[in-house]
Amino acid sequence: MAVPARAQRLELNVGPVLRSLVLGVGFVVGAVALLVLLGLVLTQTETAFSWSGYAQQIVSGLSQGAIFASLALALVLIYRTTDVLNFAQGEMATFTTFIAWSLMHHVSYWPAFALTLVIAFIGGAAIERIIIRPVEHRPEIVIVIVTIGLLIALNGLSGWIWNPEVKAFDSPFPNGTTEIAGVVISYQDLGVLGVCLATVLLLWAFFRFTTLGLVMRAVANSQDASRLLGVRVGWMLALGWGLAAVLGAVAGMMAAPSQFLDPNLMLVILIYSFAAAVLGGIDSPIGAVAGGLILGVLINILGTYVDFIGGELRLPAALVVLLIVLLIRPQGLFGHKVVRRV
Amino acid sequence: MRRYLSVAVGPLLFVAAAAVVALLPRFMGEFRLLEFTLVAIYVIALLGLNILTGYSGQISLGHGAFVGVGAYVAALLSLGRPGLELYMLDPPSWIPIGNGMTPVFTIPIAALVTGVIGFLIGIPALRLGGVSLALATLALAVSFPILMKRFSEVTGGGGGLNLNLPETPFGWDISTRHWLYYEAWVTAGILFLAAWLLVRGRIGRAWRAIRDGEVAATSSGVNPALYKTFAFGVSSAYAGAAGALFAIETAYVNPDTFPVSLSILLLASAVIGGLGSLAGALFGALLYEFLPIYSQEPPIFSFHFADQAPSVVFGVFLIVIMLLLPGGVAGLLRTLAGAVRTGRFRRRSETSELA
Amino acid sequence: MPLLELKDVHARYGPIRALHGVSLRVDEGEVVALLGANGAGKTTTLRAISSMTRTSGEIAFAGRGIARRSPEFAARLGIAHVPEGRGLFPELTVWENLRMGAVGGRRGGFEQEAKRVIGYFPWIDRRRDQPAATLSGGEQQMLALGRALVSRPRLLMLDEPSLGLAPTVVRELFAIVQRLNEDGGLTVLVVEQNATVALDVSSRAYVLEVGKVAVEGTSDELQRHEGVRKSYLGY
Repeated sequence: MAVPARAQRLELNVGPVLRSLVLGVGFVVGAVALLVLLGLVLTQTETAFSWSGYAQQIVSGLSQGAIFASLALALVLIYRTTDVLNFAQGEMATFTTFIAWSLMHHVSYWPAFALTLVIAFIGGAAIERIIIRPVEHRPEIVIVIVTIGLLIALNGLSGWIWNPEVKAFDSPFPNGTTEIAGVVISYQDLGVLGVCLATVLLLWAFFRFTTLGLVMRAVANSQDASRLLGVRVGWMLALGWGLAAVLGAVAGMMAAPSQFLDPNLMLVILIYSFAAAVLGGIDSPIGAVAGGLILGVLINILGTYVDFIGGELRLPAALVVLLIVLLIRPQGLFGHKVVRRV
Repeated sequence: MRRYLSVAVGPLLFVAAAAVVALLPRFMGEFRLLEFTLVAIYVIALLGLNILTGYSGQISLGHGAFVGVGAYVAALLSLGRPGLELYMLDPPSWIPIGNGMTPVFTIPIAALVTGVIGFLIGIPALRLGGVSLALATLALAVSFPILMKRFSEVTGGGGGLNLNLPETPFGWDISTRHWLYYEAWVTAGILFLAAWLLVRGRIGRAWRAIRDGEVAATSSGVNPALYKTFAFGVSSAYAGAAGALFAIETAYVNPDTFPVSLSILLLASAVIGGLGSLAGALFGALLYEFLPIYSQEPPIFSFHFADQAPSVVFGVFLIVIMLLLPGGVAGLLRTLAGAVRTGRFRRRSETSELA
Repeated sequence: MPLLELKDVHARYGPIRALHGVSLRVDEGEVVALLGANGAGKTTTLRAISSMTRTSGEIAFAGRGIARRSPEFAARLGIAHVPEGRGLFPELTVWENLRMGAVGGRRGGFEQEAKRVIGYFPWIDRRRDQPAATLSGGEQQMLALGRALVSRPRLLMLDEPSLGLAPTVVRELFAIVQRLNEDGGLTVLVVEQNATVALDVSSRAYVLEVGKVAVEGTSDELQRHEGVRKSYLGY
């Protein structure tokens, strides 16, 4: 396929790193402005509104959103390489979280954490090689059904091996809170946010600065062109699934302490993450992360300040918001226009 | 001669199946009867799912929610306002529930209401394309129990609603369970024929054209969005009818009767039974009802597997079917029948519209 | 021994047969042109060499059978295939596209090769951080050529490099191909509809008609060949 040439050329020599930096800062500034505006509205409508309470909600929303962002990024990673939504992403994450839970009976938290990531990577790559590869060239619907099969089987398997009772999952972060500029923030939220964002940043650096990362981006762009350059595309896809599984494992281990661990741990989180990925534009990694954070903050604010929504209707409310965004901008916030495959 | 025979095979099999269904209760106790009544209900739900996925090529992970909608509509209608007041519920006055209907009449109404809801949900969901449709339906499945619990002034919340088992009408000399059995299977039979007419006709052709290539279908004058939304509506209506029968049959509705896993396993059963083949719905339904029982306590082994065994088996089945037999059980049988007829095996006969 | 040799190669896309027994050879240091009308099987021949299509028959590269292997196998042996439409990665930058030339098989020496490519196409260095999608058609073709060179190929296969380009750009491009051949001894197999330009650069040529070699000979012979002149050169 020919690359469309644009009439107007960018002679300005902005480095890709600088460009994403500018984009990121712009996004953050815009988001903060929006939140302040919303806060000003809330001061008028809510009688018991306090800015510090509002800021607290935003921070815990960000922490929740960081978990969505990690899983959403995993979904986008697979979508861009394999061109399919992986419905088993959440269950893969749950399964690895159970593995971590078992490991933590033998070693302390961080070694178990690291070991789990290794296992997740191998498992994810193996799933691609063994289960997805045979259906790689079949219609999208077939691959989707296979991932649904994987979802069902893994869900059952984690209940079978570890029994479906709810388990407490250790957190590596202390329980207390700290105060930053008058806003009370729990170490828990801060830790989750930090770990998730650090993972995302590491991954970004991998894609941006290593040759292997470059090759994977090329494969996501065009498999045929990569093959002609001698790239072993099959292994790159397996690598993509492995990395996605690692992201999922991080999300699972970060979610488990506050949600408790059971076979359905990631089900609702998966849907939020889908929503985040679609919101950001299903083919955009930056969009997935931004979408996750936006969604996390949004549901926290909606749940806290809109009585009708409260604790229970957060998910439906988030989906309604998503629907509205998509009807206005079908390609999502950061996505590209969808080209229908003929 | 042979040509007439192969044309007659379908109707003959249908009549044979009907005869088996009619005679089965003679050999069964009440419990078995209940199980087979449920099979009929799943047949209906899977017919709808097959129309959607097998014929129009869309995936719904939310059919359990539509079954739930049908069940709640039927329950509310047959309880009526006085019935709900017994629960000390206070439904808003604009909800049109009267004095309690004869359960059987709630079936078409539940189907219609669910169909309309499905159609309406389908409009935005389908505009957004495949990925969003799967997400939207899955979200629906997850949200349904939450919504039923949240709007407890109508639905009875987490406690659900109890119904009365209906009396056998017309003074027939059969037990209520037998009556419910025939009611379910007759409904399933009617809806099977309706589905058959639908997919054989002009609409079915348009669906298949869209499934096999939306762009090509558009250029031959089919409006994909309209037909896809219609398929979504029809399949929701089937799910609604199944839900209504489910409510009548079990005389109880509760948010947790319709969890996400119902939606997901329904899709799995439809695929394993055989997409793009109406008979697949029957195999899928048998599987859905009996696979959990037999995979927990396999007849050959004398031990009890974990409660999770069924879903592992379902998942593995689903993957293996997709890898090896995209036509599902129905496709396999058709290939075998073809082999018997022609005396040799053809690989992947015309069954696998998916591949 | 020829560098590349095809013996009675057949290929089909589903039920449609695209090649009916193509035989040709390319010797080391040659520029060979593959001419023919639309649908004659030129692109399919290149795709057959790269195992991007189902084939029967023998294909040997440097004495080694390469038929029915994989595109990456061919690439790793040193066949650089610049496909129709150039096969760039639109979202990657110019420099990243160039780097991709060095990732398969023969590693190392990227900096040096890149310098050589910049010698031919100085603009690449100035616009290295620009996404490839924003390049003009001619620049895209040159970048694709540069990327192929970075892999230090033993055989360069170009599929319709002139497609959609202005005549001056086409001349520039083919001048560079000629220089690469004369200075560096690069072996080239070029598929072209624009027979005039291709015959100027090549030493030998094959004309494909409905999936078969109809005429072959040195480029001089073909330029004088009456049928070729009438059908492909237009005088």
